[in-house]
Amino acid sequence: MSSIATSTDIHVQHGHDAHFGQHHHETFLTKYIFSQDHKMISKQYLISGIVWALIGGLFSVIFRLQLGFPEMTFPILEDFLGKWAPGGRLDPEFYYALVTMHGTILIFFVLTAGLSGTFANLLIPLQIGARDMASPFLNMLSYWIFFLASVVMVSSLFVQTGPASGGWTVYPPLSALGDAMDGSKIGMDLWLISMALFIVSQLLAGLNYVTTILNLRTKGMSMTRLPLTIWALLFTAILGILSFPVLLSAAILLLFDRNLGTSFFLSDIVVAGKILPNEGGSAILYQHLFWFLGHPEVYIIILPSMGIVSEILSVNSRKPIFGYLAMVGSLFVICILSLLVWAHHMFVTGLNPFLGGIFVLLTLLIAVPSAIKVFNWLTTLWRGNIRFTPAMLFAIGFVSMFISGGLTGIFLGNSSLDIHLHDTYFNIAHFHIVMGVAAFFGMFAGVYHWFPKFFGRQMNNPMAYVHFWITLIGAYLIFWPMHYEGFAGMPRRYYDYSNWESFKMFAGLNEFISIVAIIVFLTQILFVVNFFYSMFKGRREKSTNPWHATTLEWTTPINPGHGNWVGEIPEVHRWPYDYSKDGREYIPQTEPIGPNESHH
Amino acid sequence: MSIVVMDQRKKIHPHKFNMWMAIGSIMMMFAGFTSAFIIKRNQADWVGFELPGVFWVSTAAILLSSLTIWLAEKAFESRQMKRYRLLMAATFVLGALFVVLQVIGFKEMWAQGHTLSANISYQFLYVIISIHALHVLGGIVALLFMSIRAFGSRVKNYNIVPVQLLSTYWHFVDILWIYLLIFLLMIK
Repeated sequence: MSSIATSTDIHVQHGHDAHFGQHHHETFLTKYIFSQDHKMISKQYLISGIVWALIGGLFSVIFRLQLGFPEMTFPILEDFLGKWAPGGRLDPEFYYALVTMHGTILIFFVLTAGLSGTFANLLIPLQIGARDMASPFLNMLSYWIFFLASVVMVSSLFVQTGPASGGWTVYPPLSALGDAMDGSKIGMDLWLISMALFIVSQLLAGLNYVTTILNLRTKGMSMTRLPLTIWALLFTAILGILSFPVLLSAAILLLFDRNLGTSFFLSDIVVAGKILPNEGGSAILYQHLFWFLGHPEVYIIILPSMGIVSEILSVNSRKPIFGYLAMVGSLFVICILSLLVWAHHMFVTGLNPFLGGIFVLLTLLIAVPSAIKVFNWLTTLWRGNIRFTPAMLFAIGFVSMFISGGLTGIFLGNSSLDIHLHDTYFNIAHFHIVMGVAAFFGMFAGVYHWFPKFFGRQMNNPMAYVHFWITLIGAYLIFWPMHYEGFAGMPRRYYDYSNWESFKMFAGLNEFISIVAIIVFLTQILFVVNFFYSMFKGRREKSTNPWHATTLEWTTPINPGHGNWVGEIPEVHRWPYDYSKDGREYIPQTEPIGPNESHH
Repeated sequence: MSIVVMDQRKKIHPHKFNMWMAIGSIMMMFAGFTSAFIIKRNQADWVGFELPGVFWVSTAAILLSSLTIWLAEKAFESRQMKRYRLLMAATFVLGALFVVLQVIGFKEMWAQGHTLSANISYQFLYVIISIHALHVLGGIVALLFMSIRAFGSRVKNYNIVPVQLLSTYWHFVDILWIYLLIFLLMIK
């Protein structure tokens, strides 16, 4: 079939069984496209995520041009966007489409699929000591359904009436009525279909992650010997399995409302003087269903980064992680609470104030496990022998972002404050820092740290340092001023603030934010260049364990084949955080406990 | 590619574990539907519905099919392949009958004027029952595949895992239907 056919003999065994694909014949198609190797699927997710991040980031740059320079025209926009930017100024309808797509792409396609998909696939089998996922086929299917969802979403950018533009939350009635605006026409259907496919793909992936972690651990790898990355990915997958189906049910009901004349979310609506026949529905019902996913979703985004950061902080401080069990416990508590706080997104929907009070309480409780995590990260760093690798810098940056963004969460979790702050730039600043930037920092940290495992090469360090410092300072310069704007009441999702006397004073600030946003975006291109350059031309990694880490992924060959280990899978004898113990720098998990060894 | 084989046989087979997780996930989706239904039920303008009698017949069909697939699994275990094939085919027929009966039920509701744009409680019926029927259809496709394999295979295949997986799933869609039926009867 293919001209590039390589025949690889993989002699791998699991324990003493030797049923694993002997004389495995690989073609270009099975190796790079329809691969069932978790490492290749991980790379597929990573590169798809990078492409999506560039698209989503570019969208934000385009709408930041409008927000920062509302009076100016950019003829280049018309050259590329045609009728969406007549005379070089963004069309208001398309502005909303860009905002919607920016949110959808970054939340779902980059920070859910790109982040979990990449690191769960890479790390789960490698760190627990498994040849591959429990079902490599489902794993492949999951990626390709995700790809299909991507194709549908991209195609919605090119339909005549444009993509969905009712915000990433696609609240009805706006999203349910095709006549409401151009962005609620075919683009909205494509959005829903794409999301339905996306959900199926993430469910297939999540099932596999949980099953693999619980069933395929190597000998000696008890649950309390799992690296925190794996714990975090396990909880992420469980959250996804519990919450994504509920979004699917909301999407199905919305599709029915849009196309089959039902009125689940519609009631007593007048559009352009015409009374619609829909009766008996409730738009708030959609919000309940949406946020039942929507809130766990932000933890689906942040938990993998938390796991990655815990691991990298410990490895690069040359110290055991502080409070391992507390870290696991706090992840668990965050998971439980995240399923019980969805209505804090709905304080201004006319929610019963008593019910609101309960949701305030549960929301503020999340501060407890979050604080435990932050304290443990800081105490892990405390008096550590810190190596400031790019990965480590991004991990520390994550902690910084998580603290800054987490604190504003306490403001927003209070319903009395939220009534003033909701839908303002304060909210934008909060969730971008704590969920967007923080999760991205975790992802960058992971890519820099495990790049040698991905490609057997190292990334370029000077470029990485430039990337880190500009991104860190830039992110704060973009989002800190937004808190101030939000306090002053500046609402989100407005196309042009120069029409309001009260917001005119922010013109200079908006311009500043836009300029920094462009600089930060260009810096991310530096990362992408570094990534692809290093993939082919980076310094070849000579050591199997470049970071002197204890975990199992560094016991494989530098470029592991399908099956990961040559010969038997190593047995595990200790937890993964034996750093600076008994006078030794690190002790791998595979080393048996010595007779005179002290307990950690 | 073959599936990773574990050395610890006493553990649950990963594919079975996967199936149980998937069942949990599907249940969450129906929890989404039914909780939406409950919220609507408590609003002032609620109008109830009458379930057409044909749904009782379909219930009998799917209950019976659970029995046949259970017997099929037993037959497979004791290597009675002829009996196994017959029972799988019977399950397939009963499953198909179930879906057809659901469609007849829909037609009856529609004929009474309860279309998709009429009373909201009927709209919920259409969505919930049809999404459930889609899950049954998924099972039917798997049944068809297994039956064809059972009838057509030259190689004797005694791997029981796929049979058990399908059987678990089939019992699940059966129980899910019973749950939905009880839910609908209680909420009406």
